[in-house]
Amino acid sequence: MFKPLPDSRAPDVRVIVDGREIMVSADLSVAAAVLAYAGGVTRTTPISGTPRAPYCLMGVCFDCLMEIDGVQNRQACLVPVREGMRIERQSGKRTVSP
Amino acid sequence: MSAVDFAIIGAGPAGMAAAIEAAGLDLSVAVLDEQSEPGGQIYRGIEKLLATRPQHAAILGGDYLRGAELVKKFRAAAVDYRPGSEVWSASSGEGVFYRREGASGHVRARQILVATGAMERPFPVPGWTLPGVLTCGAAQTAFKASGLVPQGRVIVAGAGPLLLLLVAQLVRAGVRPAAVLETTCNIRAALKHAFAFTNAPDYFRKGIALLRELRHAGVRVERSIDALRIEGNGRVQRVEYERRGKQSRQEADVVLLHHGVVPNGNLAWSMRARHVWDDRQRSFRPHVDRWGRSSLQNVLIAGDSGGIVGAIASEYGGRIAALAAAEACGRIGASERDERATYLRAEYDKHVAARPFLDVLYRPARRWLAPHAADTVVCRCEEVTAGSIREILARHNCPGPNQLKAFTRCGMGPCQGRMCGLTVIELLAECRHAPPADIGYYRIRSPIKPVTLGELAALDVE
Repeated sequence: MFKPLPDSRAPDVRVIVDGREIMVSADLSVAAAVLAYAGGVTRTTPISGTPRAPYCLMGVCFDCLMEIDGVQNRQACLVPVREGMRIERQSGKRTVSP
Repeated sequence: MSAVDFAIIGAGPAGMAAAIEAAGLDLSVAVLDEQSEPGGQIYRGIEKLLATRPQHAAILGGDYLRGAELVKKFRAAAVDYRPGSEVWSASSGEGVFYRREGASGHVRARQILVATGAMERPFPVPGWTLPGVLTCGAAQTAFKASGLVPQGRVIVAGAGPLLLLLVAQLVRAGVRPAAVLETTCNIRAALKHAFAFTNAPDYFRKGIALLRELRHAGVRVERSIDALRIEGNGRVQRVEYERRGKQSRQEADVVLLHHGVVPNGNLAWSMRARHVWDDRQRSFRPHVDRWGRSSLQNVLIAGDSGGIVGAIASEYGGRIAALAAAEACGRIGASERDERATYLRAEYDKHVAARPFLDVLYRPARRWLAPHAADTVVCRCEEVTAGSIREILARHNCPGPNQLKAFTRCGMGPCQGRMCGLTVIELLAECRHAPPADIGYYRIRSPIKPVTLGELAALDVE
């Protein structure tokens, strides 16, 4: 959905999105990384199961909720990417492990 | 837990300027901000951009670059700046609670400044939840913070100065929108404010320059769009729109929406600050006096979070609030406060003089604020449509948004009403034939950001 301008910072950080390794540049938030390098979709909704992608990129729409390094419901637009970060799309409702 | 004289929430123009002013008056200052760098949304990512890809500054333009000086002063000020802090609760009695890198934080303060800025007004049209639909501000953020631009066929729709600026920035970056669909331009109604606008520093000149740039670039703006529908299967594929009774459709990969900005108000609401309805801006805003003092003791509100005033007025507003805080903490006397405020207030007034013209010129028509298409999603989180809300309102005596919540779950999702609140108010006002001021707003409760039980349990509160 988005692409880096050719003269933007080159990908230099490795993250894992849904088990797949991708290279992204260090000045991306997780949401921006998904928009540019992983098809854009961050989650499916708990109600109808339809896909969502980031809408506001500034922390107010909560459509970029993802599981990041094992923590569910993180606002991906507020989390900078980090080397080795594990990012999972959220599908439907959240779960609690007893 | 730590304690300071002055806790500031938000490191945009108002928050940064307030921090600099307060530190200069020997207040101990803590600044909590969600982002990893200072600047707020308007100057988002400016330090990193200038350090690593300065060639992109020209694409964003002079109003963005202006932030560099402010950020530099902020960095140099004696301020306890805590980036990456998500504030989830604040009150003058208990202090400010936040999460930072998975840990809990708590700071008590004698004075609190809410400087949470603006957010874009909800733009409820059928299909606005599809992947590939973002706000114009989001596209700006993607570029400012990360050097990203939208890919494929881009359609920009809505109205407002930020929309025109974004289109110019896209063109400068080599991304030519396939269509620009303007919904609103109330030039006749705005004319009575035109004199004040042309007299306010620079705004008129900048507006004309922007329009001229778009014309020279050959960007065609389709004006007076009456209806908009975004369609696609799992992502944006096309846009259908109506103009003077004529239907058109256009293939699209990315749609960028904008209908002006409104206060980013969930923190102020959760603190129970008294709000008033601003009919010119079609939004609630906190009630503040000329020092930025809210209805709550020891709580100040400045910048766009107190009602949209723009970036430069926000700086002056932040500084004025800092003077009030310094006086309240006993650092300066009332006469010194008043004396220092004179110049700031004159500058503030000059800049806010531009607002009425812009507010009226780009105030969206009712049909955009209270959507009629039944399949328009109003509450993005709980997927409640305009049709189902109108049906409930027709069948039941539903006095306000909190009762509507109970009927429909509208506003009960993770965004806590940020994306549907204003639309729900407009729908209730229309269906109940009442002014929005009488409808009221959701009762917003902390935590206003997701917090884990572990983080709550780890809090060290006596």
